[in-house]
Order: sequence, then C-alpha cells, then structure tokens
Amino acid sequence: MGDSKNKKEHLKFGSQRILIIVSAVFLIIGVIGIYFMADPNLSFFNSEKPDTEIVDVPKEEDDFDKIENGIHVRTGFVEAEGLMTVVNNCTNCHSAKLVIQNRMNKERWLAAIRWMQETQNLWDLGPNEDIIVNYLVTNYPPSKKGRRETLANVEWYELKD
Amino acid sequence: MHRRNFVKKAVLSSMASAIGIDIVFGTTMPDGYLPLALQDPDPFEMFKKDKQMVVLNDKPWNMEAQAHLLDDKITPNKYMFIRNNGLIPEAIDVSKWTLTIDGESVGQPKTYTLSELKSKFKQHTYQLTLECGGNGRSEFDPPAKGNQWTIGAVSCANWTGIRLRDVLEDVGIKGDAVYIGYHAADIHLSRDPNKEPISRGAPMDKALQDETLLAFQMNGADIPLTHGYPLRLIAGGWPASVSGKWLQRISVRNKVHDGEKMTGTAYRVPCKPVAPGAKVPEEEMCIIESMPVKSLITYPKSGAMIAKGKKLNIRGHAWAGELEVTKMEYSIDFGSTWQRCRVEKPVNRLAWQHFSATVDFPQEGYYEVWGRATDSNGKSQPMLLPGWNPKGYLNNACHRIAVKVS
Repeated sequence: MGDSKNKKEHLKFGSQRILIIVSAVFLIIGVIGIYFMADPNLSFFNSEKPDTEIVDVPKEEDDFDKIENGIHVRTGFVEAEGLMTVVNNCTNCHSAKLVIQNRMNKERWLAAIRWMQETQNLWDLGPNEDIIVNYLVTNYPPSKKGRRETLANVEWYELKD
Repeated sequence: MHRRNFVKKAVLSSMASAIGIDIVFGTTMPDGYLPLALQDPDPFEMFKKDKQMVVLNDKPWNMEAQAHLLDDKITPNKYMFIRNNGLIPEAIDVSKWTLTIDGESVGQPKTYTLSELKSKFKQHTYQLTLECGGNGRSEFDPPAKGNQWTIGAVSCANWTGIRLRDVLEDVGIKGDAVYIGYHAADIHLSRDPNKEPISRGAPMDKALQDETLLAFQMNGADIPLTHGYPLRLIAGGWPASVSGKWLQRISVRNKVHDGEKMTGTAYRVPCKPVAPGAKVPEEEMCIIESMPVKSLITYPKSGAMIAKGKKLNIRGHAWAGELEVTKMEYSIDFGSTWQRCRVEKPVNRLAWQHFSATVDFPQEGYYEVWGRATDSNGKSQPMLLPGWNPKGYLNNACHRIAVKVS
C-alpha cells in the first residue's frame, strides 16, 4: 500500500516535472523564434560587427521635424504654408536638395510634377497638388539672371608666389 | 529604418519580459539590413572627396568641383564630379559580374565574365574628358529644371580598359547596327525594379572609336564605386551620361536606342535655335552628341589680390568634344582685346589640353580675366550664354576669374 502511495506520489511529481520541462522548452523555442523575427541575421551574436553602430532612435525622433531660423532642418525647406505636404510628397524618391536648387514658375513646376507622374512613379497628388505648387511658386520662384551675371561672392585673398 | 527599430525594440522588450531580465545591449544591436557604408552621413568621407567639393543633391548623389580644384593635369578622384541618376548598386559581387552583348543587331547574344574581358582583350589607357551635358545649367534664364551645375561637372582622368569595338567584333555585329545602348545595375529612385534610372548610348561610329572603352580602372586603380565600379563604358568628348556606370549589358540596336533618358527632352537640345523660355515640341529636340569647345582657368583661384607691377601667371585646361582646341586666349578688358595663351597638344585624342599665360595689368583696379578657347572648326566660346534650351544643356560660355591689383 505504502509502496503504491509512494509510486503515485512519484508519478505525480514526475508528470509535474515533465510539464515544467515541456513548458520551459516551449518558452525557449518561443524566445528564439521571436528573436529570429527581430534579427534574422543573428547580428546580435556576430562579434565581428563593430559595437559602435549605435542607432539612437528616441533622440532622432524628438528633433525629427525641427524648424530652425525658418528652415525645416531635416530637409532644408523654407518653413511656410504647405511645408509638410511638400516634405511628405516630394522627398520620398529624391532629396529636397533637388527641389531647393530649382526656380520655376507655376506652369513649369506643374510640368515637372506631370513628368514625374508619367515616368518616375509619382502618385496622383489630388488636392495636395495645389498646396505643393503654391508652396514651390511662393518660396522658390524664378529670378531674372539676364544673359550673364556679375561675379558674386568673390572671396578675396592675397596671392603669394 | 525607424519603423524597423521600433519593431526590434518592441520585440526585444517582449523578449525581456519573457526572460525576466533586460537585454543590456539590445538597443545597440547592429542593423544588418541596410548597407552600413551607404548610411554614412559624410559624403566626402564615403566617396573620398575633397571637402571643397559642392554637394548639389544627396538622393541621388550629385557633387561638383570648383574651378581651382581642377588644376591637376589628370583629375584625381577627390576632385571628380559625381552625377548619379539613380541609387548606387548595393551588393556588388565582382566574381559573379558579367557583361552581356545582345540586341537586334547581334547574331547571337554573348556573355563575358569580368575576368574574361580582362584576359581575352588587349587593354588600353586613355586620358578622357567627361563633362556632364548640364554643366553650367545654373546660368540659364529662364532657369532650367535639374541639378544646378555651375562649372565643376567636368573631369579628365586616365581610364584603362578594353575597346568596345574589340568585344563587338568578337560577338559579331550585323550590317544593320545603328546604335548601342547600355543597361546597368543602378537602382531607380522609386526602387521600382522594372525601371532603369538611365540607359543611354551612342551611334555605332562613336561606339567603334579607338578611345571608346569598357573600363575597369580609373587613374591606375579600381574605378571608385560611385564612378561605376567594377565596369564602366567610357565615351570621352560626349555628354558624360553616355559613359554608363555599373555596366551589365550593351544592346546593339537596329535603331536609335530608346532607353531611359534617350527620349523626350533628356540630353536633347532644340534642333533649331529657339527664344529663351520657348516651348519646344519633343519631335523638334535633337540628341546631343559631341560637347562644345570650352575652357576653365584653374589657377589662380578667383579673388586673387596682387601688388601693382607684379605679373600674374594663369593656367587651365581647354577641350572641344570630338575636336581639338587650336587657339586659347585671355582678356582683361571684358573682350575688347584678346591675348594668346600657350596651349599644349592633347596627350591623346579626347583629352583636355593645358594652357598658360603671363598677364600684365596696366594699372591698379578690379579686373576679370576671361578665357576663350577656339576649336579646330574655328568655333569659339561665347562670352554671353549660348542659345537657351529647355533643359539647360551645353553652356560653354567663357570662364572668368576676379583679380584685384593694388
């Protein structure tokens, strides 16, 4: 009788232990699986990669759309009505620098948009088109240069032999 | 990238709660997804460029020199302009790199490995002038759309490779061949894999010239990544866009190549002169071939102040597309009088030529030294902007520097 009770106790403890082991195995598999999803290349364990590639996400996000002296720091665009519409539609493929260095009237900014839509996978801008074109014409209009400009911004220096 | 890091962080924190401890270095996990070199925010370091180079655009990368940076007879990489139309290829495996010659006008398409190209064909080195078709665009009025190049989108480096002609002869070209068009490994800005950022070419005459190379070296070393590593078509004297980078395929066409930026208004000018700001129908736009005569004063840098009575030594380079420069002059009185410069012969066809002169100033004051080159057909650089064109190409107006004598 006592023997059989001991045996039962033993079985009970045994099945509990198996349950714990099985749960632990599932937990480990789960953790490894989740890790694989996050880092399929196991780069965390690859000691050859330098530790210095720190990506400091929160700090970047704090300053993400910072304006300084009337300039949207991340893109260099002038802060004016329509700024974020321009940022969101015009800097996905190319840099803002390509926009900022150009000076065009409404007709030619529109022609540039049409060309991008026809050949460069730019989407239909819908009601944003007017906002974008107005922003561009207002802040980046053409200036008269004539047939040849005066030399500007000359940095004078003493020429030694 | 932000979203990716957010996912990574979220997963890491759920991992941490599952394990019951924090993953100490979790936030410094290296991101193996994007090529690290291309995330480098410093383009000068990334492309080994001098800090005085001017970045016009960072997506795609476009960077130009200033006149005084181009003083070397052979342009080193650090002063060579970058004009990319798409994104730089991300994973280049040289051991698997191949070049295929196909198209309507080849008998049978043929594919070569890079090592086959290097070993099978004789290698040649030429110093070749590459100038962006839009160099000088910033001066046009009304302004033209695109990167606003001033004067620095020109270079003349040594290129080593094999003749395209030798490879085309090995493949076998049909009698109806008209044009070659290149296809390359760069990525469209929209990342659409079905789009090519640029696929231009040249007529057979140009393709078969001695100096038209499939190059794998620039200035005696592997071509830098941003300039077309590991294989680049080089067609000196023509808009540099003909010299396709990251070359993978050349199609021999039985018609004018119709790849990206061959059609419409790209790299074309009005066939007949038009008034500034005119609308030009596409069928009246003609493909740019040889670049026009041009020169740069590369020494001294603009803004030199010298003492009265001192002579000023000036120097620079002149080039004329397919032609040679036969005369180089300078003026210190806004073109009223011109004096001759010494001008050297080119080291080979399509290389720029070096000029020099010693300038005397009659009295104190503000001067501009203007340079003017003349080509072997007798055409000179204009002092004013040349004919306006919708895309702002081919500005070969005289270069000038400011000088004060006191």
